[in-house]
Amino acid sequence: MDWQSFSLSLQLALVTLALLLPLSIPAAYWLATTQRGIKPWVEGLIALPLVLPPTVIGFYLLIVLGRQSWLGQAYEQLFGQPLVFSFSGLVLASIIFNIPFAVQPIQRAFEAIPLEVREAGQCCGLGFWQRFLRIDLPLSWPGMLSAAVITFAHTLGEFGVVLMVGGNIPGETKTVAISIYDRTQAFDLAGANAMSLLLLAISLTTIVVSYGLVGRMMNARRPV
Amino acid sequence: MPAVLRLFLIALVALSTGHVAANEAPTIAAAADLRFALERLAEDFRAKTGNAIRVSFGSSGNFTTQIENGAPFEIFLSADENYVFRLADQGLTRDHGSLYAVGRIVLFAPHGSLLATDPQLEQLRQVIAQGRLHRFAIANPEHAPYGRAARAALQTAGLWPLIQPSLVLGENAAQAAQFASSGSTDGGIIPLSLSKAPQLAALGTFSTIPADWHSAEPLRQRMVLLRNAGATADAFYRFLQTDEARKTLAEFGFVVPDESMKE
Repeated sequence: MDWQSFSLSLQLALVTLALLLPLSIPAAYWLATTQRGIKPWVEGLIALPLVLPPTVIGFYLLIVLGRQSWLGQAYEQLFGQPLVFSFSGLVLASIIFNIPFAVQPIQRAFEAIPLEVREAGQCCGLGFWQRFLRIDLPLSWPGMLSAAVITFAHTLGEFGVVLMVGGNIPGETKTVAISIYDRTQAFDLAGANAMSLLLLAISLTTIVVSYGLVGRMMNARRPV
Repeated sequence: MPAVLRLFLIALVALSTGHVAANEAPTIAAAADLRFALERLAEDFRAKTGNAIRVSFGSSGNFTTQIENGAPFEIFLSADENYVFRLADQGLTRDHGSLYAVGRIVLFAPHGSLLATDPQLEQLRQVIAQGRLHRFAIANPEHAPYGRAARAALQTAGLWPLIQPSLVLGENAAQAAQFASSGSTDGGIIPLSLSKAPQLAALGTFSTIPADWHSAEPLRQRMVLLRNAGATADAFYRFLQTDEARKTLAEFGFVVPDESMKE
């Protein structure tokens, strides 16, 4: 059992969540309320990581984050170490391949709020932020919760992108999914099995719990 | 840089630094054939000096690409010295490194396989002629030196075109060894250093293929300190050249070079 990789994956998932959720909420809100013609393009762009092979994402990330790119160079100048093959680079990659998993559930939740409710708030003299805090946010909680859970579980399980931009460095970029691959190649099937089982249990638990919670919230809200 | 991006990058760094405390140990990129030998050597080194090292195993070609792209390894142990020379030419290494071993390949057949092993690959030839060879594992010749050595040996034996439909390619030598030993293939050509490890030796039989059968890919394995190498990496690099370390490498089936072979 490789606890170092396991804790690294947990940290990666938590950091990803902490950075991605605050960005996803305004993006989802904009997508749910905008009428602009550009909307399908933005939605398509956001959904891309769902359909692209992880290797394609990994390849482009390697180019965009690498030493030849302006982002990679700017980062290296600011912080004195390259972005690829580091934990920070992994966080950035993780944010990018998780965008659809975070944005889409929140967008659906915002879209499910009837227009009349917002208009009623407006009529009562609530400003934008008051409406957002008192109407949108409370009503979209289930969507945010499932976004968080799916992002978390998906980060724990991501393999292809991490393999390409991570470089399998213990304690830095060797996540639990990579470690399982590594253990298999080291003929340590017992180790691979233990980690796989744990990952399976965690993934199943988080998803069941979140479905349960979301279901209960939706039921509680349904008018009798 | 836009202010928002800068803020985002700073948040990224703030959240992701200090994620693991014990990260002072240098990271080492090692060819996959060193898997068992280097794990032992790292333990010996720690017992002697109290310093830990972190090792990533993979194919030498992939590591070369990663190092060119800024991967923070401090030592690179390649299975093919040409990768070291390529990095040295780009100024990414401290010098031209040192030859630490010469690798050998074996024909490996798992227990229960229809394939029997012999150094001249005669059994393999028969099985292919009878059309009974189903799956045969080697490392990917594109970026794994052991894959190229396997290809060279099969070419010498005149079996390379015939074996094409049966080949499965491991991403590196260790994955090829895993494929070859798992019982889901009829066998494979893999590093002697992995076959000799108890984990693998228990799974099948093997015969060492003559070195001159793959003279085009001699598996001259060279290690080098990369430009950012620190004191611990330096010490480990020197440790690998001691008689003690060379004895361990020889135990795992590596030919340990003498002075005459080094240049």
